[in-house]
Amino acid sequence: MEKKEIRSILATDCGSTTTKAILIEKREGVYRLITRGEAPTTVEAPFEDVTRGILNSVKEVEELRERQLLDGDKIITPQSGDKGVDIYISTSSAGGGLQMMVAGLVKAMSAESAERAALGAGAIVMDIIATNDGRLLHEKISRIRHLRPDMILLSGGTDQGNIKTVVELSELIKAANPQPRLGMNYKLPVIFAGNKKASGEIEKNLDKISALTVVPNLRPTLERENLGPARDKIHDLFMEHVMAQAPGYKKLMAMTDAPIMPTPGAVGYIMQVIARNEKITVVGVDIGGATTDIFSVFKDLETKESVFNRTVSANLGMSYSISNVLAEATLPNIQRWVPFEIDEVDLRNRIGNKMIRPTTIPQSLEELKLEQAIAREALRLSFKQHKSFAVGLKGVQKERTISDAFEQTSSGVTLVNMMDLDLMVGSGGVLSHAPKRHQAAKMMIDAFLPEGVTQIAVDSIFMMPHLGVLASVNEHAATEVFNKDCLIRLGTCIAPVGKSKPGKDYVKVELDLPDGTKFKKTLKYGELLLVEAPYTAIPAVITPASRKIDAGSGFGEVVNTKVYGGNVGIIIDARGRRPFLIPTDPKERVEKLQEWSKAIKEFDEN
Amino acid sequence: MAHAYVPGLKVVPHTTVKKVRQLPIKGEILKNVGEKVLAADEVAKTHLPGNIIPINIANKLNIEPVDIKDFMKKEKGNPIKKGEIIAETNGIFGLFKSVVNAPIDGTLDSFSHITGQAILRENPIPVAVNAYIDGVVDEIIADEGVVVKTQAAFIQGIFGIGGERRGELKIVTSTQDIPIEEEMIDENCKDKIIVGGSFLTYSAFKKAIKIGVKGIVVGGFNYNDIKKIIGYDIGVAITGQEDIKTTLILTEGFGKIHMARQTFELLKKYEGDVASINGATQIRAGVIRPEVIIPIKTDQKEDSEKKEIIGMDIGTEVRIIRAPYFGIIGNITGLPHKLQKLESGSWARVAKIKIGETQKEVLLPRANLEMIENK
Repeated sequence: MEKKEIRSILATDCGSTTTKAILIEKREGVYRLITRGEAPTTVEAPFEDVTRGILNSVKEVEELRERQLLDGDKIITPQSGDKGVDIYISTSSAGGGLQMMVAGLVKAMSAESAERAALGAGAIVMDIIATNDGRLLHEKISRIRHLRPDMILLSGGTDQGNIKTVVELSELIKAANPQPRLGMNYKLPVIFAGNKKASGEIEKNLDKISALTVVPNLRPTLERENLGPARDKIHDLFMEHVMAQAPGYKKLMAMTDAPIMPTPGAVGYIMQVIARNEKITVVGVDIGGATTDIFSVFKDLETKESVFNRTVSANLGMSYSISNVLAEATLPNIQRWVPFEIDEVDLRNRIGNKMIRPTTIPQSLEELKLEQAIAREALRLSFKQHKSFAVGLKGVQKERTISDAFEQTSSGVTLVNMMDLDLMVGSGGVLSHAPKRHQAAKMMIDAFLPEGVTQIAVDSIFMMPHLGVLASVNEHAATEVFNKDCLIRLGTCIAPVGKSKPGKDYVKVELDLPDGTKFKKTLKYGELLLVEAPYTAIPAVITPASRKIDAGSGFGEVVNTKVYGGNVGIIIDARGRRPFLIPTDPKERVEKLQEWSKAIKEFDEN
Repeated sequence: MAHAYVPGLKVVPHTTVKKVRQLPIKGEILKNVGEKVLAADEVAKTHLPGNIIPINIANKLNIEPVDIKDFMKKEKGNPIKKGEIIAETNGIFGLFKSVVNAPIDGTLDSFSHITGQAILRENPIPVAVNAYIDGVVDEIIADEGVVVKTQAAFIQGIFGIGGERRGELKIVTSTQDIPIEEEMIDENCKDKIIVGGSFLTYSAFKKAIKIGVKGIVVGGFNYNDIKKIIGYDIGVAITGQEDIKTTLILTEGFGKIHMARQTFELLKKYEGDVASINGATQIRAGVIRPEVIIPIKTDQKEDSEKKEIIGMDIGTEVRIIRAPYFGIIGNITGLPHKLQKLESGSWARVAKIKIGETQKEVLLPRANLEMIENK
C-alpha cells in the first residue's frame, strides 16, 4: 500500500450474529473513532452472502455520519473529497469461524503445543488426535473421517527424535482421507510442523490427498515452543483456502485493502499490545454469540517470560450456543445469579428461543437480567477451561534439589494466578453493550472472581477486532484509537481471599481520594461496596481483619498500593474467595443478589 | 433508513422449490435432466470407502519395520478374506511360524516400512440418496447429485428434530391457537403428518411416536421436553440426525405460541395431500431451517415473480420474536431513524408496530421482529 497519509478507515467485523462497522477519521492530527453501525450477519437465507450484512452496517455508519461511503454495493476507496474512505479492512468469525483438527504425538506435549498454535491463530479446535489420547487406532481414523475440518495441523517429535510415531499419525490421516468442510472440489490444507527429519515421509503420505505445507517444528526441543511459523501459516491458509469457500467471502476478499483476519486472532493481538505497553498481566475475554474466547498474558515463574495464551470455548456463547451454557452450567448454577423467582420451564423456553432466534435483544429489564445471569456462567466455564489450558510447558526435565522433593510441583502448572492479575478486559456484546458499565464490571467480577487488587476495563463498543486488524496495516492509528476510544477504564476491584463468618469484620480500606477527601471503612464479610472515583492513581491501604485473610501481600498483611477509579469506581468486594458463596435458599439468595446489585448501582432501578 | 434487513421464515402458497440431493462423496448419477421423479426414487448412489483397520505387522511378527515387505503375503490393493494369512515369518525349518490373519473382509490398503503398520480396509458401504420430493430433475451436479424441482406450497419452521419424512397431512386442531393434546392422536394418525395449533404436550408427542405418526407440525413445544424425547440436551441448534421416528417441526418457537394464521390456513388447505418434511435445523454456518413441502399439481403461475427482498418497510407484516410480546403478529407503522432507549436501558433501532386485535401501537427493537415472507 502507498505510504500516503490515511485520512479515514472503515473496519468491519463479521461475527456469527452481528456485523459491526466502525469509522475512524483523522481529526486535528489524531485518529479517532467517529461512529459505528451494525446489522445482522447475513449468512442466513434469503441472503446467504456475508457482504450484504457488511453493506447494511456500513449503510448505518453512512447515515449516522451523514457522508457518502457507498456507491451502490461498493465501498468507495480511496477517499475523494467528502466521499468514501482511504482504507477498508475486515475481520471475520462468521460461518463458524476457522475450524481445525490438530494432531500430535503426546497429548500433553506436542499435541498441546499444536493446540496452542491453532488457538493462538484464532481457530476452533474440533479435536486433538494424539498417540496416547486413549482411543484405539480405528476409533481415531473414524473420528478423523467424520470431522470435516477446515484445516489440519500435524505436529510431533522433537527435531532429534525418532520419526516412526509421527509418520504413523500421517498414515492414519492418509487412511481416513478427511474431506474439507466447505466444498468437495478443493484439497484439505494440512500443515506439518513436527520433526523435520520426518517431512519426507510425511510428504509421501499426505501430498496426494491434501494440500500439504511443511513449516518449522513447533516443538523443536522439549524445552522450547516455536509457534510463530505454524500460526502464520494458519493465517495464510485461512485466507487462501477456507475464506475463499465461505458464502460471499470471495466478494469480501476483493473489497478489503488488507487480508481478512479471523476475529480472535485480531483480538489476541490487541491484548498482547496492552500487556506489552503497560508491562502488566492481563486476562481478556470476548464473549460472542457462538463462542467465548479467553486471552491471558502471565509471567511464567520459571522462565520469567510473558506467555500469551488463548482458549476458545466453542460452544459457550450468548445466542447460538446459549442452550449449551444451560446444559453445561446446569440450571441451578444459572438460577443462582437470577435476582427474582422464575419458573424453570419458562426459563428453559426463553433460553431455547434465544438459541433459535439469535439476533434478538432483551427489551425488558427482566430479560436483560436473565441474559446477564447466563453470561456469568458462560464466562465462568470458559475461564475454568482457560486456567486448565494456560500452563507451563509439560514434559520439561528439571533438575531437582532435595528441597523440591518436599514441595513437588509438576510441570504444567496453570500460569493464571488471580492474585497476580493486574487487568481484566471484557469485550463482546453482553459486556460492551451492557446498558450500564456497572453491569459489565459486576459480571466480570462475579464470573472471574479476581483476587487482591485488579483493574477492570471494557472494550467501549466492541471494537478490539477492528483495531487488531488495523494494527496490521497502521499500528499508530490502531494504538491512538485504542487508547482514546476503545478501552473504557471501569475501575478497580479489591477482593481479599479467605473465609470468615457473616457479620464479622473482613477488611478495612483507606483511600486518599483525588478530591481531597479520605475514605475509610471496614467491611463485614459478605458485603460489597462501591466508591466512586475517577481514573487516576489513588493511594490505598488495605488491612485484612484477620490472619486468615489475604488482600494481596500475604495472609494478615497490610497492602499499601495505588488503585485506579474509572467509569464505575473502586469496588470493594468482601464476599470472600476460595470459597465464594451465594445463599442456596431462594428467598435469601434473591435478597442477597438485590443487596449486592444495589450496593454497586448495577441497575437504574437501584 | 427506509427499510431494515431482517431474516424471515417463508410461508408461501405457491412457489418453485428446488432441492439439492447430494452424495457425501462423489458417485454415480441415476437420473437425467427433465426426468420425472417420485420422492422415493433413488437419484444418485455411491460407495463410501469401508472402515479402516490398522494392524502393526512388525510388532506382531517381531520383525523390524524396514523388513516388512519380505513378510507380507499380500500386495497393496489385494483383496483379503477374514482369517486369511496376510503376513508370515519363515519360522525355524518351517516350524514355529508367526502369522497375522486378516480380521476382516476387504482389501490391503497399504503397509509402511517406517512404522511397520498395515492398513486394511473393509468392503465399501453402498449409499444412495432419494429425490425426497415428487418433481423433475432440474440440474445435474456432476458426480455429486441432482437438483429436483417442483411446484409446491412451502413452509419453513423455526426449529425441528428428526430427519426427512413423507406422509399425508392431517389437521388435528380446529384453530391455530389450540394445543395438541394426547387424546387428539389416535390410530387414524398412523403414517400421517399431523398439524396442530399452539403447543404440543409431552404426552401427545410420546403417543404420536408410539402410534407411528410420521411428523408433527405445531406452533410450540417445551424445550425441557426435548431431552425427555431424545435423551440429551440440544446445546447448539444443529439437528436432523436424532434417532426418532416422528419428525417434529415448530413453526414459532419454544413454549405455548399460536401458530401464525397464514401458516395454519395453508396447511389446512392441503389436508389430505402428501407432504415431504424435514426437521433438520442448523442456525450457525450455512443456515438450514426445518421445512414442509407440499407438491401441487397446477398450471397456474407462481404467486409472484421473483422479487428482490428489500426487507422491512411501512406496512410489512411482522412476527414479534422476543418477550414481552413474543409470538404476536403486527404491522409496521413507523421506522424511526434515531436510536431509542428500551426498558432494559439499552439503546436500539426500533420500529413502531400496530399489534393484535387491539391495534395498540408499541415501539419494539427491530432485532426482535421477523418478517413473514408469504410471497
